[in-house]
Amino acid sequence: MGWAIALHGGAGEIPLSLPVERRKPREDALRHCLQIGVEALKAGNPVLDVVELVVRELENNPQFNAGKGSVLSCNGDVEMEACIMDGKTKKCGAVSGLKTVVNAISLARLVMEKTPHIYLAFDGAEAFAREQGVETVDSSYFVTPENIERLNQAKEANRTQLDYTPPTPKDLNNEKSIPNGDSQLGTVGCVAVDNEGNLATATSTGGFVNKMVGRIGDTPIIGAGTYANNLCAVSATGKGEAIIRGTVARDVAALMEFKGLSLKDAAAYAVDSVPKGTAGLIAVSATGEVTMPFNTLGMFRACATEDGYSEIGIWPSIKN
Amino acid sequence: MGGWAIAVHGGAGVDPNLPLERQEQAKQLLTRCLNLGISALRSNLPAIDVVELVVRELETDPFFNSGRGSALTEKGTVEMEASIMDGPKRRCGAVSGLTTVKNPISLARLVMEKSPHSYLAFSGAEDFARQQGVEVVDNEYFITKENVGMLKLAKEAKTILFDYRIPTAGLETCSAGVDSPIVMNGLPISVYAPETVGCVVVDSQGRCAAATSTGGLMNKMTGRIGDSPLIGAGTYACDLCGVSCTGEGEAIIRGTLAREVAAVMEYKGLGLQEAVDFVIKQRLDEGQAGLIAVSRNGEVACGFNTTGMFRGCATEDGFMEVGIWE
Repeated sequence: MGWAIALHGGAGEIPLSLPVERRKPREDALRHCLQIGVEALKAGNPVLDVVELVVRELENNPQFNAGKGSVLSCNGDVEMEACIMDGKTKKCGAVSGLKTVVNAISLARLVMEKTPHIYLAFDGAEAFAREQGVETVDSSYFVTPENIERLNQAKEANRTQLDYTPPTPKDLNNEKSIPNGDSQLGTVGCVAVDNEGNLATATSTGGFVNKMVGRIGDTPIIGAGTYANNLCAVSATGKGEAIIRGTVARDVAALMEFKGLSLKDAAAYAVDSVPKGTAGLIAVSATGEVTMPFNTLGMFRACATEDGYSEIGIWPSIKN
Repeated sequence: MGGWAIAVHGGAGVDPNLPLERQEQAKQLLTRCLNLGISALRSNLPAIDVVELVVRELETDPFFNSGRGSALTEKGTVEMEASIMDGPKRRCGAVSGLTTVKNPISLARLVMEKSPHSYLAFSGAEDFARQQGVEVVDNEYFITKENVGMLKLAKEAKTILFDYRIPTAGLETCSAGVDSPIVMNGLPISVYAPETVGCVVVDSQGRCAAATSTGGLMNKMTGRIGDSPLIGAGTYACDLCGVSCTGEGEAIIRGTLAREVAAVMEYKGLGLQEAVDFVIKQRLDEGQAGLIAVSRNGEVACGFNTTGMFRGCATEDGFMEVGIWE
C-alpha cells in the first residue's frame, strides 16, 4: 500500500541512436513532471487533481506531442484530444478536435464535471471551452518548427510509398510508419493512486503526423487509451488504431477483475495481445503497484512509489 | 459450430404509453429488417455485409433515431454517428458529427476499409464522404416535422434528453421525469433518449459482426459524442461474439458495455446469455441500457434494464422473435 505515480511521453520506434540533444530535454521534462506529481501526492491532493496537473505540465512542454508541440494533421493544423477518468466513480470526460485550447486535459475534466455528457468534439468542444472561460490561444501557439518539418517529411514519405509501392489492403489498415524518427511519438499520460487506494488516469495527444483531418485516435476513447476503476488506472500510447481494436486500457482492468491476474501480469498480457511495435502503457493498482510495459522499441516513461522507488527510462531496462 | 443468427434493435427505453399503432409500426419495421438480414445470410453474405445492409435500412426509414429521423441538437440540426466492427480481425470503423451523409454506417465501413484510421469525425468525416463519393443529402432530409416539435418541447422542459414519442399533450409525463431526475455523469437530466439502431450477426461460418447508428440525444450539445461510435462501448465484435448497445450513452461508455460482454466470455468463461445478464446487472450501476448479442456458436441473446426495448432476432433453426416489452 501507498501512493504511486507513473507518467509517459509516448511509445514507439525510438531509435537507440536518438541524439543526446533530443533525449536529454525529454528526460529532464519527465523528471520535472514526476517531481511535480510526487509533491502533489505527498501534499495530499486528490488523485484526479494530480493526474490533471501532471498532464497540463506535459502539454505545456513542447518536447511532447500534446498541447504545445502537438503534431500536425495533413492540412498543417493541430487537432488535439484528451481524456480523464476517476477510478472510484468511473466518471470521465473526453475532448477531440481542439485547435485553440491551451490545456486539453482541463477541458476534458470540465466536460466530466460541468456537462451531462462525457465527450465533446470539434466546434462544439471549442464553443464549450469559451463558455467555460478556459485559456485559449491562436492555433499557431501549438505549432513548432520541428513539427512543420516532421509533416513535410511525412508527406514526402507517403508520396514515395505511393510512387513505389502499390497500396495493399494490409497497408490500408496500418498507420503508415515514418522512417528515421520519433515523429509519431509523444502522446502523454499520467496515472496515480493515493494511499487510500483512489485511482485516476489522464491522457492527452496531438494525434499523429499527417493524420487525416477529423481523425480520432485511442486517447479520448474510454477503455482504449484511457481507463480507471477501483482496481487500477491505465494510460496507453502507441498506434491508436491497434489500441482501439484491442480495447487495451480496459483489458488490463478486465484481466485483473475477471481472470484474477496481478497488475503486472494483466498489463503485460494486454500489451502482448496487440501487434508488436504498436503499444505501451503505464498502470498503477489500488494497492500501490506500478508497471510500464511496451512492445515498441521504447517508451518515454517515469514512475515513483511511496516506498522510495523511482525510475526514468526510454528503452527496456536491463533487468527486463 | 452452430448456424447463423441475427438480432436487431431500435433502442432501449420505451414509453409505456406508446400508442398501439406506433408499437405495430415498430414491429413491422423490425420484422422487415430481420427478413432482409435473413435472406442475405441465406445467400451466404458475410456477417459484416449483413449488419451494414440491415443498419442502412434502419437508417433510411425515419421511424427510429438514426439517419433520416435522427434526434436534433440544441441548434435544431442533425449530427449522426455510427460504428461497425468485424469480429475475425477486429477491424473497425467509426464516424461522428455527420450532417449530410445519407447512410453513416456505410461511411464507417469505408473508414475501416479505405482509410488508415479507425475513426473520423465532423468536417474531416464529411470531406472523406465526398472523397469516397457516398450519397450525401441536405441536412433538411434528416429532419422530421415530429422531431422539430419534440425539440421545442424538450427546450421548454429544459431537458437535454427527451423521449420523442411522449405525446405533445403529455407535459405531465415530462415533468414527472424532471421531478425524479436520472443522474447522468453526476448531473440530473430527464428521460434518456432511446431508439439508436443496431444489428449483430453471426454467419454460418461463425464470423461475428456488429453495427450501431444513431442521431444521439434530442437537444444535445453540438459536438457531443455518445457511445454508438465508440468501439468497446456501443459496438464490439471479436472471434467470440458481436454486441450492439443502446440506451444512456454515458453509462454505456463508462461501463465499456459491449467489450464487457466479450471480456467476461473470454476471461471468465461465461456463456453468451450469462455474459449479457451479468453485464446488464453488474455493469450499468444507475444507468439504463439494453444490448443485443450473438456468439460464434450461433446463439443470440438480448438484455435490458429499461422499460422495454425494440428488438428482433432470428436463428438458422427457424426461431424468430420480435418484441418491445419484457
